[in-house]
Amino acid sequence: MRLELIKRPQQSPLFSALSPFLALGLTLIAGAIMFLALGKNPFSALYFFFIDPLLEVWSLHELAVKAAPLILIGVGLSICYLSNNWNIGAEGQFIVGAIAGSILPILFPAFQSWIVLPLMLLMGIAGGAAYGAVPAVLKARFGTNEILTSLMLVYVAQLFLDWLVRGPWRNPEGFNFPETRNFHSYAILPEMLPASGRAHWGFAFAIIAAILLWFMLARTLKGFEVKVIGQSPRAGRFAGFSRTRMIIFAFLVSGGLAGLAGISEVSGAIGQLRPSISPGYGFTAIIVAFLGRLNPLGIIAAGLVLALSYLGGEAAQISIGVTDKVARAFQGMLLFFVLACDTLIHYRIRLVKPAPALAAAPANERVEKHA
Amino acid sequence: MKHTLKAIAAAAVMAFAANGQALAQDKTKACFIYVGPIGDFGWSYQHHQGLLDVEEAMGDAVETAYLESVPEGADAERAIERFARSGCDIIFTTSFGYMDPTNKVAGRFPDVKFEHATGYKREHPNVSTYNSRFYEGRYIQGVIAAKMSEAGVAGYIASFPIPEVVMGINAFVLGAQSINPEFKVKVVWANTWFDPGKEADAAKALIDQGVDIITQHTDSTAPMQVAADRGIKAFGQASDMIEFGPETQLTSIVDDWGPYYIERVKAVHEGTWEQVDVWAGLKEGHVVMAPYKNMPDDVAALAKETEEKIRSGEFHPFTGPIKKQDGSDWLAEGEVADDATLLGMNFYVEGVDDQLPN
Amino acid sequence: MLESILITVATAATPLLIAAIGELVVERSGVLNLGVEGMMIMGAITGFAVALTTGSPWLGIFAAIIVGALVSLLFGFLTLTLVTNQVATGLALTLFGLGLSGMIGESFVGRPGIRLGTLDIPVLGDLPLVGRLIFGQDPLFYISIMLTAAVAYFLFSTRAGLMLRAVGDNHVSAHAQGIKVVRIRYLAVMFGGACAGLAGAYLSLVYTPQWVENMTAGRGWIALALVVFASWRPWRVVAGAYLFGGVTIGQLHAQAQALAIPSQLLSSLPYLATIAVLVIISRNRRLTMMNTPASLGRPFVPDR
Repeated sequence: MRLELIKRPQQSPLFSALSPFLALGLTLIAGAIMFLALGKNPFSALYFFFIDPLLEVWSLHELAVKAAPLILIGVGLSICYLSNNWNIGAEGQFIVGAIAGSILPILFPAFQSWIVLPLMLLMGIAGGAAYGAVPAVLKARFGTNEILTSLMLVYVAQLFLDWLVRGPWRNPEGFNFPETRNFHSYAILPEMLPASGRAHWGFAFAIIAAILLWFMLARTLKGFEVKVIGQSPRAGRFAGFSRTRMIIFAFLVSGGLAGLAGISEVSGAIGQLRPSISPGYGFTAIIVAFLGRLNPLGIIAAGLVLALSYLGGEAAQISIGVTDKVARAFQGMLLFFVLACDTLIHYRIRLVKPAPALAAAPANERVEKHA
Repeated sequence: MKHTLKAIAAAAVMAFAANGQALAQDKTKACFIYVGPIGDFGWSYQHHQGLLDVEEAMGDAVETAYLESVPEGADAERAIERFARSGCDIIFTTSFGYMDPTNKVAGRFPDVKFEHATGYKREHPNVSTYNSRFYEGRYIQGVIAAKMSEAGVAGYIASFPIPEVVMGINAFVLGAQSINPEFKVKVVWANTWFDPGKEADAAKALIDQGVDIITQHTDSTAPMQVAADRGIKAFGQASDMIEFGPETQLTSIVDDWGPYYIERVKAVHEGTWEQVDVWAGLKEGHVVMAPYKNMPDDVAALAKETEEKIRSGEFHPFTGPIKKQDGSDWLAEGEVADDATLLGMNFYVEGVDDQLPN
Repeated sequence: MLESILITVATAATPLLIAAIGELVVERSGVLNLGVEGMMIMGAITGFAVALTTGSPWLGIFAAIIVGALVSLLFGFLTLTLVTNQVATGLALTLFGLGLSGMIGESFVGRPGIRLGTLDIPVLGDLPLVGRLIFGQDPLFYISIMLTAAVAYFLFSTRAGLMLRAVGDNHVSAHAQGIKVVRIRYLAVMFGGACAGLAGAYLSLVYTPQWVENMTAGRGWIALALVVFASWRPWRVVAGAYLFGGVTIGQLHAQAQALAIPSQLLSSLPYLATIAVLVIISRNRRLTMMNTPASLGRPFVPDR
C-alpha cells in the first residue's frame, strides 16, 4: 500500500474551505493522544489551547498584539517568495526598523510634537527597507545568494542592537542597565481601545497592509509581474519585466513592512529599546506566509492562528502544568497537519495496493480526460 | 457530534471547578516566570529549585505554577497579566527584562503581590525587588585564584557588560589582589548567557592565552568541562557543578533562592507581606559557597576565613583604598562603597586586563 | 599554542561541516530542508541519552544517526509524498524538534555526559607542531573529512550521484528518463537527517559532553548558510566551516588581548566575513549558476 496523489484539474473550493477544519480535527485527535500519554486530561488541555484564550476581551487584545508583527512581516515576505526571492532575514529588517524608528525619541527626547510618531514610523519603514536592500543589491549586482546574506545580516543586526542599548543609547538615568530611556508620550503608538486592552494600531497597519498587497497582487500589473517572474523568469523576460528591478522591489517591500512591524512593536508594545525585542517574529512569519498560502488575506488568518497557538500554549502551561516544550512540540504538530491538509486543495489522495497496474490505469485515464 | 460537544462542555466545567476548589481551600498560589528553560542548569534552573523548595516547605498550603522561556519584550506583559488573572496571589518575575512589564501589570492588579528579581523599579506598593550579593562569593573566588594560580592570570568568561557582571569582575580582581597585588584577569565577552559551545570556545581561547584558572559569569557547565579536560582549575556558577569537574571545581557560587521564596510566600499566606527591597548575600543564605575542594588545606582555611568575615559583616569586599582602572582614586582608605554605586557599576578597578565599552 | 588553537577551530567547525555536508546532498537533490536545527537537537539528546544509559558513546552516535534519519523521514513524508511546502515544513520541523528534545531531555539535565575519547596514536601523535592536529583529534573529525570526500566522489564520479544531481537540476526531465525522482529524494533527505543527527551527537558527546535545552544554539542555521556559501560544492563546505570557526575563535583571542573594540563588533565578524567572501566568489556568475540545483524547493508529483 502506498499513497498516490492525483492532481485536481483545478483548485478544489470545497477543500480550500474545509482543509483548515480537517487539520484542526486531526490535530485534536493527535493532541488528545499526546496529552493522554503525558497523563494530562486531553479535553482540558485542548480547551485551554484553543478556546480559553478567546473567551476574554483582554486576551483577544493580546492575540492582536502577538499577531500584528507576524502578519505585517508575513505579507511582505509573500511578495518575496512569490517572485522567487528567498528573504529569510526579516528578523534583521525588523530589528533595524525598530532601531531607525527609535532615533528621535532616544537621541532627541526634547523634541516632543505630534509629528514625532509619523516620522518614527516612516524612519522605521526606511530602516527596514534599507537593510533589506543590502541582500537585494548584492543579489542583483553580484549574484550573491540571498539566503546566506539575509540570514547572516540577522545576527549582525542583533549584535548591533545589543551594542547600542548597552553602550551609546543606554538610558542615562537607568543605573547602567541595558535599556534605552522610555519613549515619551508623543512617541508611543496609541492603543486602539484603551479601555479594554492594549492592542495598538500596529494591528490595524497589518490588516491595511494585507489588504493593499492583496489588491496589488490580484488586480494590478505589478502584481501580475510579481507572479510571472516568480513562476517563470523566462516568460517574465519576454514580457519585458526586469528581474533585477523585481529583486529590489520585493526586498524593499518586505524589508519596509518588517521595519514597520519593528517600530510598531517597540513604540506600541514595549515602549523602549532593549537587547532583545523580538522572540523570532521574522522567522515565525516565514511559516505564517506559507501557511497563508502566500495570499495576503490568508496570511491574516494564519497569523492569528499562530498567535493563538502561542497564547494557548501559555494558558495550558498555567492551567494544567504542561511544559513549554510540550507546547512547542504540539505547535509543530499543528503546523504539520495544516500543511498536509492543504495538499487536498490541489490533489486527490488515493491508497494504491501493490500490483497496481490493472486497477490504476482506468482511473488515470479519467483524470487525463478531465484535464 | 453531540458527544464531542458534551465532552467539551464537561472539560470546561471541570476547568472552572478546579479553579473554584483552589479558592475554597484557601491555598496561596505562587507563580513564577523564567526567562530560560528550566533545563538550562543555570539561572532559570536555580529559580525553579526555589519553587520546589516552596512546595516542600509549605505542602498543602501552597499551589504553584510557572512559565518558562518567556521572552523579554511584549510577551512578558501578557504572561504576567495571565498569571495575575488566573488567581495567583504572588508572582515572581525572575529576569531584569521583566521590570517594566511587572510594574505595569502591578498597577492594574493591586491585590496581587509582585516580586521582581534584579531590578530597581517599585512603582506600586505591591511590588518588591530582590537580588543577591553574588560579588561576595566572587571576592572569595579571587582570593582562592591568587593562591592557586602559578601564572598569576585568571580567565573570566563574561556574558554581557552590565553592572552585575562588571561588579563581579571587580570583586574577583580585588580578592585576588589582596593576596597577589600583581594578579591579572583576562576577560572574554561571550555575548550570550547560554551557548555551551561558545562558552567552551571562550574557555579554550583563554587557556591558550596562558591563564591557568577559569571563572565564568555565563550559565552552562561547558567551561568547567574544558578546564577539566585541559587539567586546570575552575570555579562553578549558579549551581554546584562539581559533577562536571570532580577534580577541577574549586568552589561555586550557588544561587539559593529557596529561603527567600519560602519567606515571601509564607508572608502572603499569613497576610504579613510588605514591600521590600532585598539585596541579601552570604549572611542570609541567599549566596552559598559550594564546598572548597581540590586545594591545599591552608587555602581552604583562608577561603573559609574570608567567607566568615564577609558573612559577619566584619569585612566588605569593596573597601578602600581602591583605584579605578585608569589610575584615578575611587575609594579612600577604609571607605566602603555604597550599594547604589555598586548596582550601577560601569568601570573597572585597577588590574583588569580588558577595556569596558564606554 | 598554535596547534591547540587550530584544534579548537577544528572542534568548532566539525559539527557545522557534518550537518552542512548532509544538507548539501539534500539540496543537490532539489529539496530545501530548513529543519536542520530541529534534526540536530534531536540527534544531540538521543546521542547523550543513549550514551549515558548504555555507557557507550559509539552506541549514542549510532542512535543519533538513526533518530536523525527518522525525524527527516517525517519531513520527507510531508514534502515528498504529500508535497507540502518545503520551507514551512522545515521550519515546523525545527519547532517540533526543539520541543520534543526538551521533553525527552528533562531527566537528563544536570548530568555530566560521556566524552568520546580522542585518538591516541603513539609516536605520530607526539610529532612536533602537527602531531596532535593530524593524529590526535576525536574520531568524528576524521569522519567529517572522509564524509566530505565520499560525498564529493559520490556526486561527481558515480552514476547514482549523477542521477541525484539530475533530479535536483530538472526533476521533470529526470523523471522522463525513468529516474525515480521521489525515491532518490527520500534517500537524500534521510542522509541529510542522519548527518544532522550525527552533528548533534558531536555537540553532546564531543564538543560539550552535557545535555541542556536548545544547546544547538543556532548551529543548524549556520550549517544551512554554509551550503549556500559553498555554492553546493562539498570541499567548499570545508572551507566555509573552517573560515567560520576560525573567525569565531579568532575574535575570542582578540578579546583576550584586551583590544579596545566592542565585543559585539568582534562577535559579528564571522557573519560579515562569510558574506564578504561569498560576494567575492559569486562574482563569477557562471560557476555559481552551474552548481545551483535548479529545482531547489520546487514540488514534484510524478504524472503517470
